[in-house]
Amino acid sequence: MFIFILRRAIYAIIAMWAVSIISFVIINLPAGDYVTTYIATQIATGNLILAEEAEGLRELYGLNSPIYVQYWKWISNILVGNLGYSFEFTQPVREVVQLNLLNTLLLGLGAILFIWIVGVPIGIYSAVKQYSPGDYIVTFFGFLGLGIPDFLIALVVAYLLLDLTGFLATGLFSAEYLSAGWSFGKAWDLAKHMILPVIILGTAGTATLIRITRANLLDELKKPYVTTARAKGVSEFKLVMKYPVRYALNPVISLTAYILPFIISGSVVLSTVLDLPTLGRDFLRALLAQDIYLSGAIILGAGWLTIVGTFFSDLLLAWIDPRIRLEEE
Amino acid sequence: MVANTPARTNDPVDEIETSSEVQVMSQRQLIWRRFKRHRLAMIASIIVALFYVVVVFADFLATSDPQDIEAARQYTPPQWVRFFDGIKPDLHTCSMTGKRDEFLRKVYERDCDRKIDLRLFARGYEYKFLGIKLDWHLLGVSDPSIRAEDTIFILGTDVQGRDVYSRLMRGTRLSLLIGLFGIVVSLFMGTMLGAISGFYGGIVDNLIQRSIEIIRSIPTVPLYLGLAAAFPADWSVERRFFAITIVVSLFAWTELARVVRGRFLAMRQEDFVTAALVSGASRRRIIFRHMLPSFYSHIIAASTLALAFMIINETVLSFLGLGLLPPAISYGTMLFTAQNIQTIALAPWLLTPGIFVVILVLSLNFMGDGIRDAADPYGS
Amino acid sequence: MTAETPTQANRLASNTDDAVLSVRGLQTHFFTDEGVVKAVDGVDFNLKSGETLGIVGESGCGKSITAKSILQIVEAPGRVVDGQILYRGEGDEATGKSTDLLQLKPNGSEIRAIRGGEISMIFQEPMTSFSSLHTFGNQILEALRLHTDLDKSEMFEVAVDWLDRVGIPNPKQRMLEYPYRFSGGQLQRAMIAMALCTNPRVLIADEPTTALDVTTQAQILELLMQLKEENNMAIIFITHDLGVIAEIADDVTVMYLGKVVESGPIMSFFDNTRHPYSRALLTSIPSMYTESRARLPSITGSIPHPQNRPSGCPFHPRCESFIDGVCDVNEPMLSKVSEDQQASCFLYTET
Repeated sequence: MFIFILRRAIYAIIAMWAVSIISFVIINLPAGDYVTTYIATQIATGNLILAEEAEGLRELYGLNSPIYVQYWKWISNILVGNLGYSFEFTQPVREVVQLNLLNTLLLGLGAILFIWIVGVPIGIYSAVKQYSPGDYIVTFFGFLGLGIPDFLIALVVAYLLLDLTGFLATGLFSAEYLSAGWSFGKAWDLAKHMILPVIILGTAGTATLIRITRANLLDELKKPYVTTARAKGVSEFKLVMKYPVRYALNPVISLTAYILPFIISGSVVLSTVLDLPTLGRDFLRALLAQDIYLSGAIILGAGWLTIVGTFFSDLLLAWIDPRIRLEEE
Repeated sequence: MVANTPARTNDPVDEIETSSEVQVMSQRQLIWRRFKRHRLAMIASIIVALFYVVVVFADFLATSDPQDIEAARQYTPPQWVRFFDGIKPDLHTCSMTGKRDEFLRKVYERDCDRKIDLRLFARGYEYKFLGIKLDWHLLGVSDPSIRAEDTIFILGTDVQGRDVYSRLMRGTRLSLLIGLFGIVVSLFMGTMLGAISGFYGGIVDNLIQRSIEIIRSIPTVPLYLGLAAAFPADWSVERRFFAITIVVSLFAWTELARVVRGRFLAMRQEDFVTAALVSGASRRRIIFRHMLPSFYSHIIAASTLALAFMIINETVLSFLGLGLLPPAISYGTMLFTAQNIQTIALAPWLLTPGIFVVILVLSLNFMGDGIRDAADPYGS
Repeated sequence: MTAETPTQANRLASNTDDAVLSVRGLQTHFFTDEGVVKAVDGVDFNLKSGETLGIVGESGCGKSITAKSILQIVEAPGRVVDGQILYRGEGDEATGKSTDLLQLKPNGSEIRAIRGGEISMIFQEPMTSFSSLHTFGNQILEALRLHTDLDKSEMFEVAVDWLDRVGIPNPKQRMLEYPYRFSGGQLQRAMIAMALCTNPRVLIADEPTTALDVTTQAQILELLMQLKEENNMAIIFITHDLGVIAEIADDVTVMYLGKVVESGPIMSFFDNTRHPYSRALLTSIPSMYTESRARLPSITGSIPHPQNRPSGCPFHPRCESFIDGVCDVNEPMLSKVSEDQQASCFLYTET
């Protein structure tokens, strides 16, 4: 088990390193450096920057040093929590991120919970009742959910809601709670506004999960150990829940890690359409304005989060499946 | 193994020639037969084929110049083409008159007393087809003095008064072309790396597999967005098109590589490969005659699914304003004008490119699944 | 083992007086896309209490499906379409009453109380017949939980005791381990313990030794016979191996393509084999006395595809004693061919 964790941890660290390089490359892709952009924005607001000052800034950010030194400066700053400065929001990146981090995480966690709560039972139902009308309906909607991009669902649902009920499904808070402090009422308001984004964000994942649960369960239901349990006199419901579902859950767990990148991707697009105050929306704004430190920090954060998520799902998998532990021993 | 096979008196190559011929034929027929049985996949393939007809004949199918701007026509609602006047066959459409209401919104009224005669194969705006200048269109106005741009709005107009239907034809062309170029790029990368990985195994395989894992574990949209945002806004339409194609295919190849490698590994242990090896067939012969045929269908299936993936990604990028930029017309750039929910409430027909995307993506998915199922004659 | 030839045996099919389990006219069909497969097509046999019945046949002859039909655990698209399975429970001996298992609601509580409680079953592949995600103890205790009223610690004791009885060393510790740590032979022993810990009256053993090596095979057989004596239970032993049958069975039933072709007491069967198929099976067993390099006789042809069932006697295309115009036209019925034997062959009826 220890070797297993160690090996997975090493993979995770290598992957995190790779992601940091990719993020750094993206940050440096736009023409001109950070200071050039900064000067441009300062001039636009009427501030003049002296050439010496600009040079001083370059020195400070290490922009005159070779690229690997720049990378090193950037990554070591990030590791101690200094994420740089955002022009677009005119405050340190860290503060921008802190502002909407909670909303973002709530949305993502909500979507994952939704995927699990809806996807697994429907997948089980669909497999146990294979070829029933219910199974066909589920399969059909699964295809729809997979095929339709999130932002289109969001656009259509939001339009229909506005057209039919007059409810404007944008934002995460009603106007009266927008600047209010946290209270029960505000939390409730947030929950109400979260429902639609969570469902939309979870659609594709749910569809995938249903498909995978169903396929796995169908395989498992044919295995001899199911017959053994049946011959023991276990009731059909208990039997399915105890044995094959348990087996089928393994891929479901590894799938959660696989879904994570899609959730993050989806939330960027969805936040834009539904105008949700999340990092996704900030990210797009940062990209359009070439606010590199903010966008770089978000790309890096999203990547790292996924890798850490995968790491934990691997551990979880090994914990519930003795066979994996055996393989790695 | 091959060398040890004792030579028979009759020429073994001849025997294999005929037997493998039969094998390949029957395998293809088997796949085709199974695919035909998959009715949904058949319908889906026909739809996909129709989309490609649009790609080729986009301008012929369009009625109006997709770039023709006229503020007076802003947000004209869809104007149906009518085939009958009462019971008399008569191809026509009603004229539209617009005025501003008290909220200064454009309101249009249909006036069917003043009908405008239409005809098939009419002359309209000029376009180039295979380098030849043409001005023929499937549908147009009978009276040459009236412009189609001002009269036919099958799917309404957008904020600048451009005909949504004609733009959709051109958008289909560009979006599907991005997908196609993307497939070529990712097929090349995917098959190369997948085959290398599957063929050499060992450290090389391990390295490639780990890289694929890492790439797959990165949320793609932020990366796409990051890359796309780095392209200067003043790039030409063509340059941007190729740049976006590369971005879109950059991550699609991993799935293809995985499929190719998986097939390679599985195939090496397949009984018929061993059988061919034992009966003295050369390695090259085995790869080309025995392995590749059962390979194609898997690659086609994976490509079909990747195509859907790329079309969605292009749409998302352009929708967010980071992919193709106007004046390029694609599903994404068209939907870009429908970003705002209030705008959609005003002109819901702006979502029609979305319907096209959904139909296309679903069809590609069904088709890909159908091919995949058919390619596995002994699978479930 | 002495084969007794009770006088009642000549009334085999009709007599169920001393039978704990009596199968009559069992038909189990599989409804596939390509058509109906009659996997079990009219099977009759009696299992006398405390005895061992061997069911023999090549793979695909329907012997496993017959076993699963008894417990009503045939998987879709298979379904028992006709027949009776009369089971005489613990208290029924005095009253002479019996329950038709096929009349019980599938997956209802009554049939489930019988499954694993009164009629247990063990399977061919011990390696895959356990869930590898659950500890072994978990799976054996499940059987006890379902069929006994013992409390937790008692159940644990019973389970450990049984593991000990079937010869698994260190049983207490083994209870907490996962099946992948067991060897095939140990797993089969464990499965036997799991099946027998509820003291069933009937054990159905579906090729329990096929997947094991020869030494282990012999040990498992010995174990089964010993436990049978100790617990006074009846066994249905399904196998394709006539050698095994010779060793352990009291009665034998030979199946071919879903039908019983011959049945009778073991001694009569080996002394005077009636059906040509049974004879063919016997001659294909390697013997110590045959010439060392001689080719082993095998039955010509192969089992026909179930959908492609031959007309008349199902065995006629492969039969050495084929009678033209008779065997390929009419289907022989299972009927008495000697004092205590039955066979379905025109060799004994038409002449």
